[in-house]
Amino acid sequence: MNAKKKVIAMLLAGGQGSRLYALTQNVAKPAVPYGGKYRIIDFALSNCTNSGIDTVGVLTQYQPLVLNEYIGNGQPWDLDRMYGGVHVLSPFETKEGADWFQGTANAIYQNMRFIERYDPEYVIVLGGDHIYKMDYSKMVEYHEQNKADGTIAVIDVPMEEASRFGIMTCDAENRVVRFTEKPKEPESTLASMGIYCFTWAKLKKYLIENENANTGSKDFGKDIIPAMLGNGERLFAYTFDGYWKDVGTLDSLWEANMDLLSPSVPLDLYDPKWKIYARHNNMPPQFIGKNAKIENSMITEGSNINGEVDFSIVFSGVTIEEGAVVNYSILMPGTVVKSGAVVEYAIVGENCVVESGAKIGISPENIENRDDWGIAVVGHNVTISGSAVIKPKAIISENV
Amino acid sequence: MGVKNNVLGLIFASLHDSTVVELTKQRTMGSIMFGGRYRLIDFPLSNMVNSGITEVGVITKSNYGSLLDHLGTGREWDLSRKKGGLHLLPPFSQNIGDGVYRGRLEALNNVWNYVQHSSAEYVILADCDYVCSINFENVLKQHIETGADITAVYGRFRYTEESGACVDVLEMDAEKRIKSVLIDPQIAGDCNICLDMYVMRKDLLAKLVKDAVSRNKYSLIRDCLQAKVDELKLMGYEFDGYFSRIDSVKSYFEANMALLQPENRAALFQPNAPIYTKIGDNGPVKYGLDAKVSNSLIADGCIIEGTVENCILFRGVKVGKGSIVRDCILMQGTTIGNNCALTAVITDKNVEATEGRVLTGSDSYPLYIGKNAKI
Repeated sequence: MNAKKKVIAMLLAGGQGSRLYALTQNVAKPAVPYGGKYRIIDFALSNCTNSGIDTVGVLTQYQPLVLNEYIGNGQPWDLDRMYGGVHVLSPFETKEGADWFQGTANAIYQNMRFIERYDPEYVIVLGGDHIYKMDYSKMVEYHEQNKADGTIAVIDVPMEEASRFGIMTCDAENRVVRFTEKPKEPESTLASMGIYCFTWAKLKKYLIENENANTGSKDFGKDIIPAMLGNGERLFAYTFDGYWKDVGTLDSLWEANMDLLSPSVPLDLYDPKWKIYARHNNMPPQFIGKNAKIENSMITEGSNINGEVDFSIVFSGVTIEEGAVVNYSILMPGTVVKSGAVVEYAIVGENCVVESGAKIGISPENIENRDDWGIAVVGHNVTISGSAVIKPKAIISENV
Repeated sequence: MGVKNNVLGLIFASLHDSTVVELTKQRTMGSIMFGGRYRLIDFPLSNMVNSGITEVGVITKSNYGSLLDHLGTGREWDLSRKKGGLHLLPPFSQNIGDGVYRGRLEALNNVWNYVQHSSAEYVILADCDYVCSINFENVLKQHIETGADITAVYGRFRYTEESGACVDVLEMDAEKRIKSVLIDPQIAGDCNICLDMYVMRKDLLAKLVKDAVSRNKYSLIRDCLQAKVDELKLMGYEFDGYFSRIDSVKSYFEANMALLQPENRAALFQPNAPIYTKIGDNGPVKYGLDAKVSNSLIADGCIIEGTVENCILFRGVKVGKGSIVRDCILMQGTTIGNNCALTAVITDKNVEATEGRVLTGSDSYPLYIGKNAKI
């Protein structure tokens, strides 16, 4: 019998990410590439390992193949452990039958036996679709200090956006008084980040009750938190003041990438004390050719750049030929942009080929009606022929 | 004949240390940084792994801290195994004095317990002074087909007086049987230079090692190849791919700069034979608003805000605003402040050039700046 773990993390990575359309056709949202050499889930996994949490359950159910292979034994995040480490948890069949995960609470409920194996004091519940750097150990410390039953990480959002979130109303001690999902008239601007720390014994009780009550939603925000508040459990808000971005839509994914190029955005990928880890493929350093022009961009190893790149994020193994122009765009791993092609305000998926002469996207300044403008998106493994013009807002998932 | 489990790879990480004293002051030949993100040992080690070899011993001599750190358990080369895998073999003083050896045979004698323990039938020996991408399966195939005792890998090379010291030249007949071995000869023109890679049966190597030690001999080339050219069947294997040799600071500079040619990169970094190295977990390269970069090889984690031309930048190098860096090799962690000008400079790890410094070397003699120097 191994020693118990004080804290373990449960990472909800089942999200289909349907609003990322072509980018999540065959991969779960947490496996979508971000920031030049990462996938979205790298942030939550790196936060765990940097916070000293060495046991993580990753709950998947939508298109888990890529995600499973990506996580593997967890070695890139230092989560290959003799005891604990990272475990991918998929829905399974029991004597009573088999069920898909029905809601966030149900997903944890179905994996209670995994949690119990480590007999933890605290369980951290995380989403796999946000970009942020956060020390969960500080949240656990805060939770302990407050003798809390549950602690919810919150971030101050602008009042006009508050109705998109779950909003906390707190007393002077930061104890949560009320919680409202997407309120029409928000009482405060403290939005839940979907990051929770629970005292396991308490959470277990509420998970079982929720399962038996069969509410239909079986969700943390809709069921567990309100039930705990209703019973007067000690719930506290833990305020986070760093960079935090949801990447659930194509626009927000594009923005979150562009944020990396802004000097005023506090998301440092180069901090040796808080590295973001990712699974690597062995590629030589990037080569920048004689006639390349690169400004204000991020480019990753294995790339071969001979064209013009401005305000863009270029992933590993990308080729941009001489005479090609890439502006305000995201090029995912292995994509080739041939000479004479122009890619602007676009997301181009993995292993695409943009043939000479093709045009993808357009600058918002060059469009008459601003309502017609948006990011152009090309899914994975797509070839864009030389005569093709991909309009803004278009989402392409097959060769054109 | 499959390579797997039947060939033991042995890499000499510390031979030739004395040829590039500046770079080996605090490290072995094998741990000299090369090509933006590699160390020299990555090439022989990856070549062995890509040839299906799963058991490799690395023989070191001194200053092997950086090598230990780099290789770790061998995981990045897929050599962290229960069976076989990577073994680091520091000097072992059971047999002679302080355990520091004079040549390959003496080094092998020191670590013979390890070699003997392997169940492999063949051994492949390699050094760290040649950079190339070679498949040893083909070498082994030729070795077996020709019934050779020892097969030495050679490459075609135009030899001039400046080509440097300690080059071994092979003279062969039409069947590629080695007729004579010239050590550091005074010749000029095209010749076949030995690339310091050898294949032979392990039992033959055992015999050669024991025989040499009992006669106080230690050199594989002088005491085995050269001395036994008639006694043994020595064959040459021609490697016709791209290779470069590191035997001076100048050749180190040139071998790095050669990577700016696309055909050399294509020959060295083949998609089906990757060169593995320790992972650094650096972010992507960040190019600032006024960055101007051309004809350069740049590793991840660099932040570039100035002008960079014809350079090799290792991981985590910073080039400040208004700085101009030309024809330079900047190793890991080098920081160039604002408004500096560097031409033909090699900076070792973690060198810092503060604001406004001007450093100039020349093509024929690049300026080398030692580890951790602050200018």
